Amino acid sequence: MTAQLAVFLALAAIAVAGAVNLILQRHPVHSALSLIVVMVALAGLYLLLDAEFVAAIQIIVYAGAIMVLFVFVIMLLNAGAEERTNLSHAAHFAGIPLAIFLLLELSYRVARASAPMVAQPVAEGATRRLAMLLFQDFVFPFELTSILILIAIVGALVLAKRDA
Amino acid sequence: MSALFARYPILLVSLVKIVVLLFVLLTAVAYLVWFERKVAAHIQSRVGPYRVGPHGLLQPLADGVKFLMKEDLTPAGVDRFVYSLAPFVTMTLAISTIALIPFGPDSIRIFGQTTPLVVANVNIGLLVIFALTSVGVYGVALAGWSSNNKYSLLGGLRSSAQMISYELSLTMSVVGVLLLAGTFNLSEIVRAQEGFTWRLLPKWNLFNPTLPQLLGFLCYFVAGVAETNRLPFDLAEAESELVAGYHTEYSSFRFAMFFLAEYASMITVSFLATILFFGGWLSPFPATPLFGWTRYLPVALFGVGGVILVIHGLRYGTALGRMELPALGVLLCGLAALSARPGIVDLVQGPFWFLLKVFVVLFVYVWVRWTLPRFRYDQLMAIGWKFLLPLALANVVLTSFAVVARK
Repeated sequence: MTAQLAVFLALAAIAVAGAVNLILQRHPVHSALSLIVVMVALAGLYLLLDAEFVAAIQIIVYAGAIMVLFVFVIMLLNAGAEERTNLSHAAHFAGIPLAIFLLLELSYRVARASAPMVAQPVAEGATRRLAMLLFQDFVFPFELTSILILIAIVGALVLAKRDA
Repeated sequence: MSALFARYPILLVSLVKIVVLLFVLLTAVAYLVWFERKVAAHIQSRVGPYRVGPHGLLQPLADGVKFLMKEDLTPAGVDRFVYSLAPFVTMTLAISTIALIPFGPDSIRIFGQTTPLVVANVNIGLLVIFALTSVGVYGVALAGWSSNNKYSLLGGLRSSAQMISYELSLTMSVVGVLLLAGTFNLSEIVRAQEGFTWRLLPKWNLFNPTLPQLLGFLCYFVAGVAETNRLPFDLAEAESELVAGYHTEYSSFRFAMFFLAEYASMITVSFLATILFFGGWLSPFPATPLFGWTRYLPVALFGVGGVILVIHGLRYGTALGRMELPALGVLLCGLAALSARPGIVDLVQGPFWFLLKVFVVLFVYVWVRWTLPRFRYDQLMAIGWKFLLPLALANVVLTSFAVVARK
């Protein structure tokens, strides 16, 4: 077993454990913390693929900004621990079978795959190449996405201002 | 273990560097507290710490012992896991940023391995530091939330809102520097600032001939002060409104961890300011024969400081002072003699200028705290969103145009 594989397995285990813990925890803040663990583990996986820029952005944007907002809102609303309920009928009769089906399908596809399904590390200068892709080859869709986000921000402002 | 080190000597070298840096950083943090109290006292016409050791020099030691000996209270109704996690998160993230700071251009030899004066020379060093500081907000927010105390919760809420707001300006303010340097690597950013305009003015980013990053530095420094929750932006622990804010319920060593983290973040912000805007380890003097004598400035500074300490110490009021101050002075003189040796003289240039600049930035940091009153909360938000962010964006646009025009 190479060191690469060992680190991958450790990070994958942490990510999955964090995701499971996210569902099992009863308090929203604990769930949010588990989600942060998942994000950081994912950043570690990106780092393993030499995609350092993506790893840093993953932490800055997801763990450092979006999840802070989540935690902020949970704290602001002072949400308490949730009640545990039994599964609803829909979850019993549709959810569980579908989940099992998805799992089976995924494992079947992975087992049957001919090409190695391991992501290959990108070459040297990944940050520069990413910048070239974003700002030259795909500059139009990239800017379009920015405008879309801008519209969403303006929309949120309009909705928030309406009552006042 | 030894086989592992024999196979990967870089592990051992890194370990040595980490241990040395950690020791130096924690000592620096402790004495920064002493320095701040001294400066504050003199700004307010007091003398400050004076009882524990000569000029209060043993005060940090006494404070440390006190923090360790006090009872570690856990109030009723706290979320135990998060309550104990929060100080660790804050402290770990605050001190780990130092691993990315380059202290000088030269390499040193440890155990036969040549290694640069930085623990981790990462391609995206600046981004890693921003990642670490952006996650640092959790320590404060979670401490406030888990304490089961209304004041703490308000402090934590204020702090997270403030840190999200000012992080944007902080990140945008350095984009100008990135455009000029063309890299995220901190050592490369410093190297890009080498040279002099008209053979006199250093090409530090603050005086960059393409476009002086004055606006960028203003935004960076204001956002940096806000990001470290210091006056005039310390609404997270405004004592007149919130007792002590997010760390109201913390005592003993857990409180000390928050305290140390605050000062460690101050040092990080000053390190970054020096690297990004003041040319890092570069000397402010051109390397021409006219300024050749400046190579011996570190030696002269240590030597004169040491002699003054010895003379002053011998006439000090207490017996402890008459022993400790001259001993310190002799130590400084020894340092001067060491750094005058031919091989060492060039090696100390980088760290000397770097730490001198950092010290100046830190002094301004402390000076600001004892000069400006605290902002109101709405003023804080207005400054962040309506003044600082547009200014930082304007700096990005202006610098982009200047860089393109120069090409």
